[in-house]
Amino acid sequence: MSNWDRFVETFFNARVMAKYAPDIAYGTLVTIELAALIIVTGIACGLALALLRSFGIRPLNLLIIFVVDLFRALPPLVIIVFIYFGLPAVEIAPSGFVSTWLALALVLTAFSEEIFWAGITSIPKGQWEAARSTGLSYGQTLLNVVLPQALRLTIPPLTNRTIAITKGTALGTVVAVSEILGMASSAVSNSYNPSPLTMGAAAYLILFFPMVVFGRWLETKMQWKH
Amino acid sequence: MRLVVEARGIHKHFGALHVLKGVDLVLAERELVFVIGPSGSGKSTLLRCLNRLEEPSSGTVIVDGVDMLDKRTDLNRARQRIGMVFQSFNLYPHMSALGNVTLALRKVAGRSRDEADRLGRAALERVGLADRAGHTPGQLSGGQQQRVAIARAIALEPRVMLFDEPTSALDPELVGSVLGVMRDLRESGMAMIVVSHEMGFARNAADRVVFMDQGAIVEEGPPAAIFETPVQERTRAFIGQIQRH
Repeated sequence: MSNWDRFVETFFNARVMAKYAPDIAYGTLVTIELAALIIVTGIACGLALALLRSFGIRPLNLLIIFVVDLFRALPPLVIIVFIYFGLPAVEIAPSGFVSTWLALALVLTAFSEEIFWAGITSIPKGQWEAARSTGLSYGQTLLNVVLPQALRLTIPPLTNRTIAITKGTALGTVVAVSEILGMASSAVSNSYNPSPLTMGAAAYLILFFPMVVFGRWLETKMQWKH
Repeated sequence: MRLVVEARGIHKHFGALHVLKGVDLVLAERELVFVIGPSGSGKSTLLRCLNRLEEPSSGTVIVDGVDMLDKRTDLNRARQRIGMVFQSFNLYPHMSALGNVTLALRKVAGRSRDEADRLGRAALERVGLADRAGHTPGQLSGGQQQRVAIARAIALEPRVMLFDEPTSALDPELVGSVLGVMRDLRESGMAMIVVSHEMGFARNAADRVVFMDQGAIVEEGPPAAIFETPVQERTRAFIGQIQRH
């Protein structure tokens, strides 16, 4: 057997791949589901916190800043493990899936809050003044004048951060989530062959490569306008 | 004569800075008052105290019979009656000219979209930009942008218009078109307070010129008196300076 044959046999083993393809496909679906939940809840909560912060209630803002900094500082894996192994001590026992979702959604909330906040504060004061001088309320100004402009500025950094955090779904394998990496590693232990990992990597590429390209495209497109 | 604006004893502090030191300013119906003075003299702050973009530290402000500093006053409602035009236009860059003009009509005045569009187009017509309704601010010249800003304010049918250096940010060749619109507005009987150094316009259009320095009114009177025969030394020095160029 030549070295090349051994390489192919090890990483691109057709028999093993065929056998475990359904598992990897299932894992891909779980990853998509998890990623979608993280993105929707994380960005929605981040936006809500940024809007709340814009009302300038000092004690509330200090709390928001503290929580946001906390979840930006903690490694996502630590949060996942803490939720999964820590919360059962207080009679709450979230599944691995829910733990991973919660942990990464919290991290995305923290980062997206900062991005939305930066977008809101970057809109010139004159925009607020013009709108308020015509009788628009604070909320109407925020919603109709400031936010539409701020969101445009936030799209590129938000896309990049979302990709970075969503990739973290692979961490779910530590708490037995049957996402891509989890399915691939158990297939490796069952088949004594790393080919399922190759498939797993391919699945991640298929999922995230378009997102990365989309992010780059958005970034250049938005730069032109500003 | 009925007063549209009645501001008495306005003080404004920014921290340790005393920016307005007991300023009185009244404006009658159909009157146009010009406010001039060196930068930092408090003219813009005074203007912004009238619609409470700036909170006066003390004093009274009554606009169209409404006490602007009363806690019970619905500020958003009151502000509809006070149009304001800014030095830097402050148009909403993500909306068309018509969108800029109709936003408050729909959200504050409660007009339907059709009604707001009709009123908005009429306002753009008044500033000579009916054909630019669909353009975004980025596609308009500075002079056109400022006229859209004027349309945005007059569409709400205000009782008084406040102009905060409306032509200072414009290239010289674009100033005329904005002053033209302001002249039309004056002829239609709009009460106006204008902070500006357009002396030619002040001479022709103003009923009264107010000269401010260091947070207080130094001298006021008809344009001819202020420009030709100012009584105060500080006024004379300032007029001399701005007429030199």
